[in-house]
Amino acid sequence: MTLEKEQKKNNLQKIFEVIKTMASKPSGLIGLSILLFHVILAITSPLYVPYDYKAIDPSLMLQAPSSEYWFGTDSLGRDVFTRTILGGRTALTVTFFGSLIALVWGGALGIFCGLVGGKIDDVVMRIIDAFLSIPWILAMLLIVSLLGTTTLVLIPALGFFYGKGIVRVARAATHDVIAKDFIVSAKARGHSNLSIIWNEILPNVRDAIMVEGAMRWSWMLLGFSSLSFLGFGVSPPTPDWGLMISNARGLMSFAYWAVLAPIFGLSSLIIGINLTADAFAKALGIDRSTKAPV
Amino acid sequence: MDSAVQTINNLTIGFTSQKGERISILKNISTTIKKGETVGIVGESGSGKSTLALAMMGYVKHGLYTISGECIFHSNNLLGMQNKELENIRGRKIAMIPQNAGQSLTPNLKIGYQIDEALRLHTDLKKEDRDKKISELLNKVRLPSPEIMAQRYPHELSGGQQQRVAVAMALAGNPELLLLDEPTTGLDVTTQAHVLELLNFIAKDTGTSMVYVSHDLGAIAQVSDRVIVMYSGEIVLDGPVRSILKNPIHPYTFGLLKSIPKLTSPGLPDSMSGSQPQPGTVKLGCSFYERCNLAEDKCKTNSPDLEFIENLNTSVRCFKYEDLIDFKETKSDNVKSTNNNILDNEILDISKVSISYAKQKFLEQLFNKIDDTNPTVQDINININKGETLALVGESGSGKSTILKSIAGLLKTKDGIIKFDKDKVLSNDLKTRDPGFLRAIQLIFQNPDESLNPNHTVEEIVSQPLRLYFGLKGDELKQKIIEVLEKVRLGEFYLTRYPRQLSGGEKQRVAVARAFAAKPDIILCDEVTSALDVSVQAAVLNLLQELKEDFGTTYIFVSHDLAVVRAISDRVAVLYQGRLCEIGPSKNVYQLPSHPYTEVLLGAVLEPDPDVKPKLVAEDIVEEKPPEQGCSFQGRCPRILGDICKNVVPPWQIGENGNSIRCHIKVEDLKKQQNVN
Repeated sequence: MTLEKEQKKNNLQKIFEVIKTMASKPSGLIGLSILLFHVILAITSPLYVPYDYKAIDPSLMLQAPSSEYWFGTDSLGRDVFTRTILGGRTALTVTFFGSLIALVWGGALGIFCGLVGGKIDDVVMRIIDAFLSIPWILAMLLIVSLLGTTTLVLIPALGFFYGKGIVRVARAATHDVIAKDFIVSAKARGHSNLSIIWNEILPNVRDAIMVEGAMRWSWMLLGFSSLSFLGFGVSPPTPDWGLMISNARGLMSFAYWAVLAPIFGLSSLIIGINLTADAFAKALGIDRSTKAPV
Repeated sequence: MDSAVQTINNLTIGFTSQKGERISILKNISTTIKKGETVGIVGESGSGKSTLALAMMGYVKHGLYTISGECIFHSNNLLGMQNKELENIRGRKIAMIPQNAGQSLTPNLKIGYQIDEALRLHTDLKKEDRDKKISELLNKVRLPSPEIMAQRYPHELSGGQQQRVAVAMALAGNPELLLLDEPTTGLDVTTQAHVLELLNFIAKDTGTSMVYVSHDLGAIAQVSDRVIVMYSGEIVLDGPVRSILKNPIHPYTFGLLKSIPKLTSPGLPDSMSGSQPQPGTVKLGCSFYERCNLAEDKCKTNSPDLEFIENLNTSVRCFKYEDLIDFKETKSDNVKSTNNNILDNEILDISKVSISYAKQKFLEQLFNKIDDTNPTVQDINININKGETLALVGESGSGKSTILKSIAGLLKTKDGIIKFDKDKVLSNDLKTRDPGFLRAIQLIFQNPDESLNPNHTVEEIVSQPLRLYFGLKGDELKQKIIEVLEKVRLGEFYLTRYPRQLSGGEKQRVAVARAFAAKPDIILCDEVTSALDVSVQAAVLNLLQELKEDFGTTYIFVSHDLAVVRAISDRVAVLYQGRLCEIGPSKNVYQLPSHPYTEVLLGAVLEPDPDVKPKLVAEDIVEEKPPEQGCSFQGRCPRILGDICKNVVPPWQIGENGNSIRCHIKVEDLKKQQNVN
């Protein structure tokens, strides 16, 4: 067996071990199950929705939950159950790919800055600091109103804004490693910077960055839903939790079901991701509680 | 003198493993510390010596617990006491001096305040009396001008001074028992000798009993009355220091003493094979069985008891100790002739090299030069022949590692040229250096824990130079890796291991394998053995020597340990504050006459022999910067002549043994003066 194949086998084994450790604690098991439930729901829900999510019927306006309409209907007479189980799809997709982008660019830039140090590091970090000082929601509103609210705009925009924090984490993790002799040794052998980043640094900072990325995911989900809530996320009639809450909040006093269902969907997903991220960090041996969320 | 201060009865300390098995770290330890006695506890890392010392003050590390036995101090069992009661004993009656004083002192509190804190806790003195006592204590540990010292912060003190402060704090409560956990490890040789001398003085002066834990038999020999040798959590030998170090009757101690390089006997020390069994390996028989030369079938199945031998006043845990009592050491001819390989062929020529850590100012950056009249390393001229081992010796801050780094290209030189293989000038900058030269010069580091990537398997670690320099892939690569590992005596099954699964010696072997995989011409060794246990150190030194003979490699060997250098090097260069003091063939440098600094260093070396005391000729001051002009050693030189040393850089003189000495004193005069002492 060649080296590469063995490494792949080792990596698979490691992933399996990590998941096993995560599921061994109740909180991790609950988190993983909630997350898995949401993911399966998002993938399969179009196959079994009972009604058309955009079918408007004035005669069915604001019906209370019943055996026919499990979660009741909203102000336009649409079935809330249908819209709720479909409502997580866009949010999950956008934020998943968004965090992936954040992870990649944030991690790469952070490691690079940590490795080269000096002037480049100084300049890049000050730019990041400047970006951190801009309220993200303001910046997002600007981007969205300039470029539109399509998924192709939202994913990179969210990915960019949530990657800034990852840059700092990746840079700090790199600093821990960079002073070690194995990096000096690789430099003295004449490896290129890219090879040092890939072979020497990445395996040692990967865990920290991945945990950070998992945390960012839940933050981004909240951020995305806030955008939808403000009317800058998904455009109607696409079912989305943020949008549903926004539409139904005025009627909360007499049609609580229309707002309760999406709230439950959104918060359970965030709790699921958070618990999973925590268990993930513990399984990898990183204590998240010692790190303040940036 | 005979009343016991502390008695330990059948102490067993252990932990419960994840599988639920009970694993012992200490096994049935029984011993007594008498009043006024200094007991040295020796053992390699993992032998349980620190756990024993901590148990003596009633402390058991988190995760461990007492399985059986007791630790009796004034008819109380410390291990059964509540924390409240222990507080009255710790610091007052039993005090501890930690290994690294620099880390155990609070960095943002003044020295005086920290000692005052100890006094407030452990004595009933009033404020004025305490102030007086602080000066008294600092005086006692021989720190100059106590009033000024008390106003300083820990980082303003040198390592030796920090250790002295730790001693002063421990003495604050007038303890009956003082526990010292490797108190001089990590200090410079001269500082170490001074601290040990101070401890000796305090032991005599105050009549305090001391327990001195160390892996260094040299240090133990200087301070102890009695020595306890530990192996794998057991006491294997317990007796008076002289009989144990001069005629060890346990094969482990015997082997350990043989594996220590000594100044008096040149050549490489014998190494002991194998390593200490891991805690939890349950088996019958003697724990030393696998490494023992005297072992027979009985030892495999029966575990020997600790047996007291009346006429030697010694306890030993061995069936075959009688063989060792009458053992007369046959002077084995293990002095390997190392000169065979040296060709009269210059491989590295370092000329007029200066290195500065000074930061460039803006203008200097524009012109890309450094304006520093007093660089860290200055005027280094060394030629190295192919197949030679050159050692760079000096205390911390002498610039020896700095020179190594600039040879490797990791640090830019300010001035001077480094030529490889007669005429090829090595580029100052790593980025512009020819990859062929990078391959030709490889580095091995001090601490394999840091120099091996913890997330790489042994296979990946060794494959890196092979892929980078030779572009090997697939089966060919794997074959080559196995071949290289075999050269450092590691089997194929190590391929998939991670560094954390290896012992210290194995890790260093992997590091050696990685360096040799590049087929280098020169290997730079930076303190490669100082993080290792003595028996492992000997094995690594022997391995390096064998590899050198096989491949004709040239070594540049940096070390602070003069005995190790004596064992492995052909030529020695002594450095002080980044300036060369003396250079010459190693057997000549170790002879008088020598440069005053070499003399100081040689005098401070601790031999594992209680009758050979170190000679302390100079103060252990630490200078932070080399002097602006004159001789680099002027600040500490015991033989300083006067103004000439302060103003004029001394000339090189050829000594009568063929070593070059840089001193204003004439070689003949040096010889006369040094022979008097």
